[in-house]
Amino acid sequence: MQAQVSGVLGRYTANKLGMYAWALHRLTGIGVIAFLLVHIIDTAFVMVGPELYNEAMALYKQPFFRPFEVALAAAVIYHALNGIRVTLIDFWEGAARIQERLFYGVLVLFALLFLPSAFIMLRPLFVR
Amino acid sequence: MAHGVMAPSYGYGPRPQAQTASNFELWAWLFMRISGIMLVVLALGHLAIMHVINTVDVVDYQFVVDRWTGPWSAVWRTYDALLLVLALIHGLNGVRIVVDDYVSSQAWRVFWMSLLYVGGFFFIVLGTLVIFAFTPQK
Repeated sequence: MQAQVSGVLGRYTANKLGMYAWALHRLTGIGVIAFLLVHIIDTAFVMVGPELYNEAMALYKQPFFRPFEVALAAAVIYHALNGIRVTLIDFWEGAARIQERLFYGVLVLFALLFLPSAFIMLRPLFVR
Repeated sequence: MAHGVMAPSYGYGPRPQAQTASNFELWAWLFMRISGIMLVVLALGHLAIMHVINTVDVVDYQFVVDRWTGPWSAVWRTYDALLLVLALIHGLNGVRIVVDDYVSSQAWRVFWMSLLYVGGFFFIVLGTLVIFAFTPQK
């Protein structure tokens, strides 16, 4: 039995923890590569000169941009931690059996890395 | 028939066999694992240095000059080039897998694969050129 390609989304309703881990991995991956392409372009502006590069950086320094910066950090940290989980599952049979517990481990490590980073990144917006 | 372009995955069971005998998908899978482990260090390190230890507020032209022409310039240019190339290929290969999963029309698959290869080449050349050819302007 082969499901329709459009049926892929139906798998989200299966309420299996590993599928959420997978969906988040895709979502964060797409987000990070999208920003990477923008970031390559904005960095290339250094070749044009200080004026253009500084103008581009000024855009990132706007307060409204800070939440996107925090979201980028969240995406990279989650993708890195869940990537380690996926690699463990691929190379070690024992990890596949405890993949749900490993996902909780990912979430705990995510909180430990992300929350302090987000605090440090967002604090200048509120404290002068 | 697909000529070198992946057969559609239906999301269940193993990925479809390639039409031609090739270990490309095996090497792509291995690359994702190896580059992934390296990127955990490189990308999280970059994030920590640029966004937590420093902030975007201090990043300007002079910051780039100091980083890429200072006494540690060789280290930084190598770090940045490694991060750029690994992240770009890792990310674009990820997009390739996503396209494989969701795009079933042969014409759109050819379109996406062409875009990924041409775009990937453009961004790798542009990025590495900027990292290694940068010289400060007055």
